[in-house]
Amino acid sequence: MLEVDIRKRLDNFVLDVAFKTETGGVTALFGRSGAGKTMLVNMLAGLLKPDDGRIQIGDQTLFDSGARVNLCPERRRVGYVFQESRLFPHLSVRSNLYYGRRFAPKGERFHNPTRIIDLLGLETLLKRRPVTLSGGEKQRVAIGRALLAEPRLILMDEPLAALDGSRKSEIIGYIERLRDTLNVPIVYVSHALEEVTRLADQVVLLADGKLVAAGPAVDIMGRPDLSPYNGRNEAGALIETQVVGHDDFGLTDLAFEGGTLCVSGLDLADGTKVRAHIRARDVAIATTRPTDLSILNVFHGRVVGIHGTNSAAMDLELDIGVRLWARITRRSATDLGIEPGREVYALVKSVAIDRHSLGLAQPPKRN
Amino acid sequence: MFALTPLESEAIFLSLRVAFWSMLVSLPVAIAVAWLLARTRFPGHALLNGLVHLPLVVPPVVIGYLLLLLLGRNGPMGAWLYDWFGVTVAFTWRGAAVASAVMAFPLMVRAIRLSLESVDVRLEAAARTLGAPPVWVFATVSLPLMLPGILTGAMLAFARGFGEFGATITFVSNIPGETRTLPIALYSMTQVPGGEGGALRLMILSIIIAMLALCASELLARRVRARLAG
Repeated sequence: MLEVDIRKRLDNFVLDVAFKTETGGVTALFGRSGAGKTMLVNMLAGLLKPDDGRIQIGDQTLFDSGARVNLCPERRRVGYVFQESRLFPHLSVRSNLYYGRRFAPKGERFHNPTRIIDLLGLETLLKRRPVTLSGGEKQRVAIGRALLAEPRLILMDEPLAALDGSRKSEIIGYIERLRDTLNVPIVYVSHALEEVTRLADQVVLLADGKLVAAGPAVDIMGRPDLSPYNGRNEAGALIETQVVGHDDFGLTDLAFEGGTLCVSGLDLADGTKVRAHIRARDVAIATTRPTDLSILNVFHGRVVGIHGTNSAAMDLELDIGVRLWARITRRSATDLGIEPGREVYALVKSVAIDRHSLGLAQPPKRN
Repeated sequence: MFALTPLESEAIFLSLRVAFWSMLVSLPVAIAVAWLLARTRFPGHALLNGLVHLPLVVPPVVIGYLLLLLLGRNGPMGAWLYDWFGVTVAFTWRGAAVASAVMAFPLMVRAIRLSLESVDVRLEAAARTLGAPPVWVFATVSLPLMLPGILTGAMLAFARGFGEFGATITFVSNIPGETRTLPIALYSMTQVPGGEGGALRLMILSIIIAMLALCASELLARRVRARLAG
């Protein structure tokens, strides 16, 4: 459990947030740049002192202005993976990895260094110097270095920001693997919806130094009233699914409470849990069951809410067993006579759901 | 062909000894002062900065005389040193080392401060999040990254100490075998009839030694930089 209730003024910017989250898995600190995310994690790490408030992890108080508690960074046991990796340039990769290990109490060294090195694919890099590493390699070493110091919590401040596309998804894969195998809570700072969709169990949404919402990722990311914050074009529903089969056409069936979602083929075994992000703009609406249609995913449900009615497009909140969102034009809505309670069919193109929209809720098989 | 006379070798080895000890003893102090100046703000910060730079801007003879007043047997610090430790500084080679150290101090502090200011404080912050206390961070992150600047500062101080003249002759005079360093020996040669030949030899010697020291430190600095850069 991470409990935060802090205030900090820095020049004209005021950060004032209070939230509690379960620290199991990944908690995403999500918001646009300038929302105060980095400031907040710096205060969690002890690199920046709040003006007043309280920070607590589990039963340990890291900061409490009332009780005059302010643990220094080295006593917080909070790991930090920085945007620019911050490896020590004068030390080898191996020395970087082991830097913090001597300070971890003997009885609390849970991670086996060999296993961490293996998990992050660092065996071949151990003798190299940080300057000779690529951006992705640097971040993997930085993650390993933080882990081997045996932190109670790891902060990751936009660790993918400096990487290009393919490196990004590679590192996300590694972080997914850590999340699912190591049992170290992660606070992941990001302004990229794709990363949050794939990684987060909990989401804390910030804007202009204020808390907008906090809660399970599936609830928060699906709320279009929050779309000004999580990116209007990317807004949509997060749905927990499970692989139930593959067909001869290279498609994979994902079962969820509202039926079966058919997506482009995934190389995953039956039973694997997958989180699908279905963007509102990829969902179309019909009032009768359409026939002779290329779209494979047709779900029957009801309109339970209409949002954003004052622009050309609007968001429909649908109940199809789970919550789903559809963005349609106001004209279509008028033509179809859409109103709350109306029974509709939601159409989702299989090809609209690509690899970036899918996050593994369980570790992939390692080959 | 260029065999050293006993007088020359005496002056050279005395100068080397004076320069070496003045550099060695002032190095930790210079690192501490550089850290205070670069990383802290306190009342008297500007005063300390001015004091450190004083030897750079006043005539060496002024520093020499000041040292004589302070550290002479009857001076406040000199008397204290003699009473408690039985150490005499004035008119000994130790005094020459003190004079060299004081004169070279601003050069050393400036070089070290510059390198300290170029150390990325974000690396130090990263080290602390890994559990390292500040002293450990300084020893394992800041200090190694400052090494090129420390070497430069040490080399400058060594060269300055090797050639120190004004403050030295004022403070510890010109005593053969005790305080007659190479520059003072050279000066003495020019003051006696027929000393031109000896003075010329000492001049050439001191240039050679300075060049050797420069090359050696440059080589060392290059290797350190190569190590730091990977």
